[in-house]
Amino acid sequence: MSTQLAPARPATGLSLAVRDSTTMLRRNLLHARRYPSMTLNLLLTPVMLLLLFVYIFGDTMSAGMGGGADRSAYVAYLVPGLLLMTIGSTTIGSAVSVATDMTEGIIARFRTMAIHRGSVLIGHVVGSVLQCVMSVILVGAVAVAIGFRSADATALEWLAAFGLLVLVATALTWIAVGMGLSSPNAEAASNSAMPLIFLPLISSAFVPVDAMPGWFQPIAEYQPFTPAIETLRGLLLGTEIGHNGWLAVTWSLALAALGYFWSKSLFDKGFDKGANRR
Amino acid sequence: MPVSVMPTTSRGGGLQPPAAVSAAGLRKSYGDKTVLDGIDLRIPAGSVFALLGPNGAGKTTTVQILSTLISADSGQAQVAGHDLSADPQAVRAAIGVTGQFSAVDGLITGEENMLLMADLHHLPKREGRQVTAELLERFDLTEAARKPASTYSGGMKRRLDIAMTLVGSPRIIFLDEPTTGLDPRARHTMWQIIRDLVTGGVTVFLTTQYLEEADELADRIAVLHDGRIAAEGSAEELKRLIPGGHIRLRFTDPAAHQRAATELTEATRDDEALALHIPSDGSQRELRSILDWLEAAGIEADELTVHTPDLDDVFFALTSSAGTSANQPNQPNQPKENAR
Repeated sequence: MSTQLAPARPATGLSLAVRDSTTMLRRNLLHARRYPSMTLNLLLTPVMLLLLFVYIFGDTMSAGMGGGADRSAYVAYLVPGLLLMTIGSTTIGSAVSVATDMTEGIIARFRTMAIHRGSVLIGHVVGSVLQCVMSVILVGAVAVAIGFRSADATALEWLAAFGLLVLVATALTWIAVGMGLSSPNAEAASNSAMPLIFLPLISSAFVPVDAMPGWFQPIAEYQPFTPAIETLRGLLLGTEIGHNGWLAVTWSLALAALGYFWSKSLFDKGFDKGANRR
Repeated sequence: MPVSVMPTTSRGGGLQPPAAVSAAGLRKSYGDKTVLDGIDLRIPAGSVFALLGPNGAGKTTTVQILSTLISADSGQAQVAGHDLSADPQAVRAAIGVTGQFSAVDGLITGEENMLLMADLHHLPKREGRQVTAELLERFDLTEAARKPASTYSGGMKRRLDIAMTLVGSPRIIFLDEPTTGLDPRARHTMWQIIRDLVTGGVTVFLTTQYLEEADELADRIAVLHDGRIAAEGSAEELKRLIPGGHIRLRFTDPAAHQRAATELTEATRDDEALALHIPSDGSQRELRSILDWLEAAGIEADELTVHTPDLDDVFFALTSSAGTSANQPNQPNQPKENAR
């Protein structure tokens, strides 16, 4: 045999986790780069909604907000919600790619290798968060192009806004990964991840919660998206944040933890299920 | 009915070569369905072991257990000297697995697949690239290296699959039905690859439904049937388990078949195929006497084939649930295919 190789160096603990997760991340980014169509499709929804609500419904919507608000005021109102919707939409892609990935034989190969157990999922999560950031930047650029301006946000506030977006992206991604793992195929994953794009529609993204029917207001106000949207608005536009700040952080941490443990347990016991599925 | 039972642990005799894989009493069931019903194995290091059985016999489950993919309900196993349940990570570091279903990443190129493996084995960058180039060359994939693996043919995918398994130089390689679905040429290429592996001192555990394949490649063969090992031994030992061969006469005319059958009382009939099986050792003398007799009786068979006992006979004799009598060695009494 011509190939006599040095035995693999045993690596343990954290360095193994970081190293293998980085490798898995590279694999996922390679997938995303080779096949950008899904990412772009999912990006289209928030951009279309942005243009739709600004240019087609914009006058009516701003009139409805009262106080002599014009279309540019509605752009400012709309953008924070759409940035969070962008994250929700991008994570649907993560659910789909995790579900697709799990049907691939290479996952079984990974399970027979002496690599860090969690690296497959961590690679997906970090990759998805990076994609979320990219998408948010792209949608944000479109928003700026059509007239969105922050009302004198400080550097610290920009940083906090960025941190919030990353936190929400991480939380939603872990949930999406769980949805992907629990779905037998890509279609099912895309269906079960629908709430991630549906919830923003019933949040304060498009109209203020006050403008909704009374019985619905508590639902809209306390679902995960509204506090995050209100916090982002406060940071970028100087509106009042109030209790929304800690609500947003609590929601994110809780969803991240839930998604993490759910995904981990699905992945750990997943092989038998996966094998029977074929 | 275990026909030849081997010692299952390496602790017993001092003279045995070290076992690469040993297992005792492996059991696994899914719900009510018992897939493995007590499997004992001992595979000496540096040998080729074939687990032979029809679909649903439990071959894949055995590989999945021994390669740490799933855990057995009961029983013990050591792979490369490490206990499966106590130290699966050490087992994983010593093995390479090529599953029944392609385990390549179709979205990236063959070369990227190989580099991915090198990274996961924590090889330094330069070494990883070197190993990748060598293995791609060795498996005749250099030309296709920059194409997405999803565009590869079945044989190419399987070669890439094995090349990926070899990154990191595993000492024990599991190959689950390595040639299923390959055309004859690709199958022979695969056989040569497996032979080369063994020359390199690697222990190979392969599963197959093809007796010819086990005969060609394996030092020892275990016949798996209904979750148990029905027999184990070298191909020669297994062939000795069943009585001799036969001569098969095939007719196209049912009347001729009928007449020959009534005349030839020692023959067994296969009415569906319009054939007769006459027990025979395949010698020239016996052959001549049968031909003479046919001539004298004015019977003309449309086809005559000499059938020496092969692993097929052993296989059918061992795996037919009803039990096959000695003068019907080739009764195609296949067990039902169980959905996996």
